[in-house]
Amino acid sequence: MRGPAVTLRSELIGLAGVVERNAYLVKRYAWWEVAFFLWTVANTLTIVFIAKGVEAAGGELDVNRQTTVLLIGGVIWAYLGIIFEILTETVAWERWEGTIEYTFMAPLSRPVHLIGMGLFAVVYGVARAGLLFGVIAFFFDLEMPNADFISALVVLGVASISFIGIGMMTAVLPLISPEKGSQLGFIAQGMLLVVSGVYYSVEVLPAPMQWLSTISPATYALEGIRDAILHGAGVTDLWDELWPLVIIGAVSIPLGFAVFRRGERYAKQHGKLKRSG
Amino acid sequence: MSRTASIITSITATPDEEARPAVDVVGLRKEFLRREPKSRWPHRKKPVPALKNLTFQIDQGECVAILGQNGSGKSTLVRLLSTLLLHDGGSARVFGHDVFGEPAAVRRLVNRVSVEASFFKKMSSAENLSYAARFYGLTAGQTRSRIPEILEKVGFPPDRRNESMESLSRGMQQKVALARALLTSPVLLLLDEPTTGLDPRSKLEVQTFIREVRGAHDVTILLCTHDLDEAEVLADRVGILDRGELLVLEPADDLKRRYGASTLEEAFFAATGRTFEQEEADAKEGLS
Ligand SMILES: Nc1ncnc2c1ncn2[C@@H]1O[C@H](COP(=O)(O)OP(=O)(O)O)[C@@H](O)[C@H]1O
Ligand SMILES: [Mg+2]
Repeated sequence: MRGPAVTLRSELIGLAGVVERNAYLVKRYAWWEVAFFLWTVANTLTIVFIAKGVEAAGGELDVNRQTTVLLIGGVIWAYLGIIFEILTETVAWERWEGTIEYTFMAPLSRPVHLIGMGLFAVVYGVARAGLLFGVIAFFFDLEMPNADFISALVVLGVASISFIGIGMMTAVLPLISPEKGSQLGFIAQGMLLVVSGVYYSVEVLPAPMQWLSTISPATYALEGIRDAILHGAGVTDLWDELWPLVIIGAVSIPLGFAVFRRGERYAKQHGKLKRSG
Repeated sequence: MSRTASIITSITATPDEEARPAVDVVGLRKEFLRREPKSRWPHRKKPVPALKNLTFQIDQGECVAILGQNGSGKSTLVRLLSTLLLHDGGSARVFGHDVFGEPAAVRRLVNRVSVEASFFKKMSSAENLSYAARFYGLTAGQTRSRIPEILEKVGFPPDRRNESMESLSRGMQQKVALARALLTSPVLLLLDEPTTGLDPRSKLEVQTFIREVRGAHDVTILLCTHDLDEAEVLADRVGILDRGELLVLEPADDLKRRYGASTLEEAFFAATGRTFEQEEADAKEGLS
């Protein structure tokens, strides 16, 4: 029998291994990462220009404010995309390369494995989101005199717990449907953001969607970040957004583990991890 | 010999594990669902047995070879023992640990080399080995010296360890796969056609190394193979797996005597009613 301390130690080393592996992948596909980032910039610009477009068409609005709202929405959209992609795509990728069998037969426990991927996704995603935000804010010469970026980051960090939990649920899909499973990450991303008021206030949504918005972590993330950046709300002012995020996070992580566990069992029962060889 | 011993030492069986057979399989069954060929949508699926009531033991330090044609269930057996598949009946124990009940305990003791090397192709061998070792609790400090050592040991030029996997030949990749398995000091090594598809020279190198590992310390080996000579040369006992059934498991000489055969190939034919040529054709059919 090994002591819990020894087990904990090797689990932590394993967690570092997951992060290490994903870092190697980013390094080895660095040019692809650059291209992908440029695509994200272009994509975000198409949205953020809308405010100027409306003004040019004769609409009346606070262009600076509206542009900032659109930018926040665009960055969150991209951030969520990265989180889901890293969690889901890595499983699909491992299945494709065949390494998944070696990962799944290693003594590293599944929750630690998934948390490792989530951790990497958050660190990488935050760096990328920060860069995206900076590049576009600079491009539009946006003024954000009141912005409290620290509390915006805190909100994003707390919301990420829920995002990781949901990402774990989408990550199970490539185990079950190897061909199409990873697409479901995009579906989850779109559904989550449309009900959460990504570029608009949730009040404009029809009632059933408004109800859904109350259980979506992205709603609180978007509201909190807008408050922090537009009105300089500090962490203590954002309690109304933070506590729902903590609760949703506390539910979604165990749920993510449970869903992944079921998917893994299914895959092992029916030989879905790999067939040939 | 001593080099290998010094590299592969850290995990040893606990006293409790010491007393048990390395592998103890009783009545093990596994089925897969296969779509009925003629059924329209919704597809009906029926269970097709891949392993039927397998029973055998492997002693500690023993090397057992399982011979079987394609589709006979070799890989299924290896996957069950490495906790990658769940069974449909019977039991399997590795050093006393229930493979399906205590997978975590089994995972620490087992590693595997399969016919496909399976690596992240753009990453280098050093990177692939490094993160994989981390999953077994090995720190960067430990792997820094062990990876080059073990690569050298399997006959991989250590100065090529920063090249991407895709630039390496199949033979080289298979050596890295062997290194990955040995890096974690398994007490049970599962080899699933480790030399299939290799050129004769790489094949010989891999076989030589397997023999060296055996001689150097008390690792237990289950070797699934297509290759009769490989089985005869490397294994203490040879089993014949035919369509999911283990027909015999005994030393190669006894096996030949049992079937009054002068070669293992004749014995295989006598046992299964199939020759190896026939088998290649069957294999191709099976794939289509
Ligand atoms: N993941 C799987 N899904 C469905 N059938 C499988 C799977 N793996 C193996 N089988 C079937 O089980 C049988 C045994 O296969 P396998 O263990 O791969 O044989 P071998 O390794 O001896 O070639 C074959 O009939 C094969 O088609
Ligand atoms: Mg096989």
